[in-house]
Amino acid sequence: MSSEGATAVQQHEIDLSGIDALLEPYLGKRGTVIPVLQSLQEHYGYLPRPALEYAAARMKIPLSRLYGVATFYAQFKMNPRGRNIIRVCKGTACHIQGSPKVAERVEEILGIKSGETTPDLRFTLEEVACIGACALAPVMTINDEPHGRLTPDKIKEILDSYE
Amino acid sequence: MYEKHLMICGATGCLSSGSAKVQQALEDELAKRGLKEKFRLVMSGCPGFCEVGPIIVIYPDEVFYCRLKPGDIPELVEKHLLGGEVIERLLYKGPDVDAPARFYDTIPFYQKQKFNVLHNSGIIDPENIDEYIMRGGYRAFSRALKMEPMEVINEVKKSGLRGRGGAGFPTGLKWEFTYRAAGDKKYVVCNADEGDPGAFMDRSILEGDPHAVLEGMLIAARAIGSDEGYIYCRAEYPLAIKRLKTAIAQAEEYGLVGENILGYGVNFKFNIKEGAGAFVCGEETALLASIEGKRGMPRPRPPFPANSGLWGKPTCINNVETYANIPLIVREGGVEEYVKIGTEGSKGTKVFALAGKIRNTGLCEVPMGITLREIIFDIGGGIKGGREFKAVQAGGPSGGCIPAEQLDLPVDYDSLTQAGAIMGSGGLVVMDDRTCMVDLARYFLSFTQKESCGKCIPCREGTKRMLEILERITEGRGEPDDLDRLQELASSIKDSALCGLGQTCPNPVLSTIRYFRHEYEEHINEKFCRAGVCKPLFEYTIDPELCNGCTRCARICPVKAISGERKETHVIDPEICTRCGSCVERCRQEAIKVTPVRREADVSH
Ligand SMILES: Cc1cc2nc3c(=O)[nH]c(=O)nc-3n(C[C@H](O)[C@H](O)[C@H](O)COP(=O)(O)O)c2cc1C
Repeated sequence: MSSEGATAVQQHEIDLSGIDALLEPYLGKRGTVIPVLQSLQEHYGYLPRPALEYAAARMKIPLSRLYGVATFYAQFKMNPRGRNIIRVCKGTACHIQGSPKVAERVEEILGIKSGETTPDLRFTLEEVACIGACALAPVMTINDEPHGRLTPDKIKEILDSYE
Repeated sequence: MYEKHLMICGATGCLSSGSAKVQQALEDELAKRGLKEKFRLVMSGCPGFCEVGPIIVIYPDEVFYCRLKPGDIPELVEKHLLGGEVIERLLYKGPDVDAPARFYDTIPFYQKQKFNVLHNSGIIDPENIDEYIMRGGYRAFSRALKMEPMEVINEVKKSGLRGRGGAGFPTGLKWEFTYRAAGDKKYVVCNADEGDPGAFMDRSILEGDPHAVLEGMLIAARAIGSDEGYIYCRAEYPLAIKRLKTAIAQAEEYGLVGENILGYGVNFKFNIKEGAGAFVCGEETALLASIEGKRGMPRPRPPFPANSGLWGKPTCINNVETYANIPLIVREGGVEEYVKIGTEGSKGTKVFALAGKIRNTGLCEVPMGITLREIIFDIGGGIKGGREFKAVQAGGPSGGCIPAEQLDLPVDYDSLTQAGAIMGSGGLVVMDDRTCMVDLARYFLSFTQKESCGKCIPCREGTKRMLEILERITEGRGEPDDLDRLQELASSIKDSALCGLGQTCPNPVLSTIRYFRHEYEEHINEKFCRAGVCKPLFEYTIDPELCNGCTRCARICPVKAISGERKETHVIDPEICTRCGSCVERCRQEAIKVTPVRREADVSH
């Protein structure tokens, strides 16, 4: 399901201190794989492999189990992400009001495809199934800030306003 | 005591149109003038009319202000709050009213609605349990505590309530199965995954009236004999999750949740699980797997969750809106009132999210049996920009499109199914003549194909094959027997897929073929997309009769494909044009037309 586009970004040294405190509330309980992944991702911004290895060992479960769950759900990211997260809404209302054209324009300007990050880590481009702001269709969010009633000609200016 | 209460909509729709800034401006203005003790500001649930957000409703004056901007706030404070004068300029205006409308009762959007499930939404402070209780909250639960489980179940059966999560299974019957299932530990689960793109009913209920959902679950727990519940909510709904947590903590404090509830010797504990973004996790067995911390893959039923659900224990799983209906039924005299609304086979109301090319986007609650025409034209205000209605899509990726001829269909489970759509969870997306039905079918299939969990072959492979065919049709490579192929694949996937995702995913394709076959044929045979959506199948051409050379189109074109002198007819170069459509929106003369692609042969003469 959620497969990540490869990025040109190097994985940096991963600081594993702090993971123990993060795992503490979940150890020895059932049904905790997803909450653990969610808090790891909140900590690192994505799921670095060394962190997954460490967590699997502490939870006494195979790494493949964590990996299998992480790659199943769209929420989990296996690569570092940009400073600004763009999400173009792919909901039905946005689709019929032109979101594909909006997405294309974003891709054109940034030179990346959905799921990818610009090499300077300025932007990550993602899709989202629906953010429920259908009155403003087509919509995209940048860092959760909504931009609505978009047309391709408005995109450049909006992107330029993010560092 | 406050003099006035200002309910500012803090739901996602209004937040997107800037309600947080309006709220901030109001806070600042009240603080600056030392008025915070006099006027109470509440971030309320959704009053539904997203189109005109941000919205503030002022009580007891009963004034509905809309399309607010931070700049309007000083005037609102000065003139209305302090001067007692209604500011006409900020009231609702539209082509459907003669004069500015002051309150819900005169705004056409609200005329045909029936507030049952949403009766608290936008009226109470969702983070204050006392306001819920003041409006009759938790009375049904305390009544249920005094009843025998089967008595509660019989009332729910008598109400005729059917599941609002999509399939419409009778709720009372599901509860009875779970009640009768053998086991000492049972679970109550609330499905708040709401994965349909274009649907936001459940979120509005959770954000606007979280206690109603908790109360429904508590009553279910009483009926089936459960002491623990889970709410599985998508992580994309942070506000709903926050409000649920607040509500649970308050209910605990009041002794409505926890041990020995209200002295009746029963216990109940809530857990919240955040979904992680997989549409298939809305399917009940996949959802339970996901709560258990696994990949959210469905499994064959039977056994149904009623017998073997969460960690193998009997589990009652219902949708958010289903639970929110329960307190209305189980309260004193509730059933008798409840069955008065709706049709023979579908009782009560349904909440719909209205979106697409409709004038009044938003959330509405209507009695079952109302016609689609009333929803779209009376509540929804008709089509945006006065264009022509083409179809309405109901039920998202599992549903279908309903054309103009069927607009007088009453909205209930059975008629919608007969028409090739489904009630679904309540998303209604309206389309006009600029929507391509083949592209729409391709859109839904690409959604289900991506979301297919891959466990069963018919869905994993079948959706891919169907998508390939639809893609080639929209790219101009369609073949004459593609329609037969699509239909054949569709019927075998329907018959053989493991779960509802696969079994229903052909519906958007089948219903568009059923009602819009000519569009498919035009794509395949004439390689033309009349709606101007499938890029390889049309060109934009400027009609020289209509063009007045205003240069607006040329200036907006992001790729500089349009040329022409001021006051002279402009021309689009189809080689450079990316068909983004910016010029079409921009042209005031409607001079830019969708035309078939000119081939070599046509051009040469
Ligand atoms: C692919 C798929 C997605 C579903 N998504 C949801 C959903 O988001 N919310 C929901 O309440 N039910 C969803 N359902 C229906 C559930 O499986 C189940 O029928 C429902 O939770 C039962 O509750 P109800 O009887 O109250 O409707 C989905 C079903 C399928 C097959």
